[in-house]
Amino acid sequence: MVSSSTIAATAQRRPGRVRQGRRVADRTLRIACTGATVVGALVLGSILVMLIVQGVRGFTPALFTNPTPGPGSEGGGIANAILGSVVLTGIGILIATPVGVMAGTFLAEYGRGSKLAALIRFLNDVLLSAPSILIGLFVYTLMVRPMGTYSGWAGGVALAIIAVPVIVRTTEDMLRLVPGTLREAGAALGAPPSTVIMSVTWRAASAGIVTGIILALARIAGETAPLLFTALNNNSWFSANLMGGVANLPVMIYQFALSPYPNWQGLAWAGALLITATILALSIIARLVIKPQISR
Amino acid sequence: MPALTESIALGRTRSATARKAPSRSLDTLFRTCSYGAALLVLLVLAGILGSILYGGWPAFREFGFGFLTSSAWNVGTEQYGALVAVIGTVASAFLALLIGVPVSLGIAVYLTQLCPGWARKPVAMTIELLAAVPSIIYGMWGLFVFAPLFARYIQIPVSNLVEGMPIVGTLFYARVPSGVGVFTAGIILAIMIVPFIASIARDMLDQIPTVLRESAYGIGCTTWEVVRHVLVPQAAVSIIGAIMLGLGRALGETMAVTFVVGNANRLSASIFDPSSTIASRIANEFNEADGLQLNALMALGCILFVITFVVLIIARLLTRRVQAA
Repeated sequence: MVSSSTIAATAQRRPGRVRQGRRVADRTLRIACTGATVVGALVLGSILVMLIVQGVRGFTPALFTNPTPGPGSEGGGIANAILGSVVLTGIGILIATPVGVMAGTFLAEYGRGSKLAALIRFLNDVLLSAPSILIGLFVYTLMVRPMGTYSGWAGGVALAIIAVPVIVRTTEDMLRLVPGTLREAGAALGAPPSTVIMSVTWRAASAGIVTGIILALARIAGETAPLLFTALNNNSWFSANLMGGVANLPVMIYQFALSPYPNWQGLAWAGALLITATILALSIIARLVIKPQISR
Repeated sequence: MPALTESIALGRTRSATARKAPSRSLDTLFRTCSYGAALLVLLVLAGILGSILYGGWPAFREFGFGFLTSSAWNVGTEQYGALVAVIGTVASAFLALLIGVPVSLGIAVYLTQLCPGWARKPVAMTIELLAAVPSIIYGMWGLFVFAPLFARYIQIPVSNLVEGMPIVGTLFYARVPSGVGVFTAGIILAIMIVPFIASIARDMLDQIPTVLRESAYGIGCTTWEVVRHVLVPQAAVSIIGAIMLGLGRALGETMAVTFVVGNANRLSASIFDPSSTIASRIANEFNEADGLQLNALMALGCILFVITFVVLIIARLLTRRVQAA
């Protein structure tokens, strides 16, 4: 405040002229900020160009129909990894949706002022940014160790744990936007709280809740670290056996990209393009559905 | 008024629910389910801590406090220490902040102060899309696109320049200029945390009342002065919270770092040399590990848990108030 009064005084003494130093500082800031934004956009552009240049060659029909080839052999596709990824994210989202929506409902409807709700809201936010590799270690101890084998189920549970906090957060935010008068109107008709929540509040917030689920889907579709210790991989054709290792795109990309075989590396690039395109499409859809100020 | 609304909505007023007696049990069931789901969040977090502690305990018991201070990592002789990985984690995250924070604050200021109205939404979306790109893609980009360019145009010239110099020479000399190392990891991490810090910082700046900005401009302030004397003091606490949130991400990031950090267990003073982080070491060795090595990796996970959770909790405390909206 002190400095703004000196600034005002300066401006008054020399109307219409900004001192040289101030102008330089202002110019520098403008250029630096614009530059930072350009760099950010360039990096995204560079990643997309790289993926398209390297990955588009691999987009043949065989990519989607053939399973991954053995080390050093030619041909093949990534059909088993695509199918495995769909199944694993499917399990993850199927487990996470009811848990996340119900927990978000508790935080927004039942536990608004309570200490417990405040604690859970806080821990949920912490879980939201927890390192995913720790979730992998947790599910490894919880499921892989006792069951004695890497499994699709363990992979699905690990992804679910990552998806839940995203869904809880968006569900709560969306329910809070529903005006209290709607709930009052429902209650005035004699509906019990659960009915009011299910047929009034949820319905009013449905677009936002669905957006949260899409965002969670986008988040878990590219997760690699927790799958390394849970679903791992399986180079043979998908066997529909979720009690064993299941091939999935992220782990496939990780292993193939770092392999010495050009054919495997090509498949990794094609997989990377496929998965990034899917995730970017999902997040664009989610952001278009929802109002921008609540998009996080 | 809100109190009344709540008590009606929650059915605390008896008469509201008494009329529909048959659905009472359904009502209780629904409430219990939502309560249980919320408790599950708490249980998962406790479970993560419990399982990692349980897994890492044998290593802590075997090596004691020396686990933290030893730089050994020898599978043959079963000697394990966390020092190299901890230093690698902290160093790469610190470099990420050093590079990422100015850039993200610049983007936030650009988006709130300088960007023309029509471009605001698409530019913000472009930056936010960077956050949606999976971390393994950043790893591939870092290893196959960035690292070769970095090695050729920065690492080799700089190494030649500083060779033999005191301090600077140790810090920037690369024995094998391959482009991978702690510094590369720091840059990739910086790119990954920029969208998070930028979008939170932008929200914070947007929440500052327009009238404050307008009055500053009204007395003849330049944009720089508005940012420096009005926006920064107003949003400082929450921006520090956003930075801590970015730090939390950088500390726990796994796949991107595993690609570019070099995965060497060597204590080096040079930021151009390969090293490893806690997360990259776990990702690399976990599947082949057995016995005490597995316990040592779990113990590393434990250290990561403690570091990141302390950082995240501070971050959430600082940003909580403003983010509640």
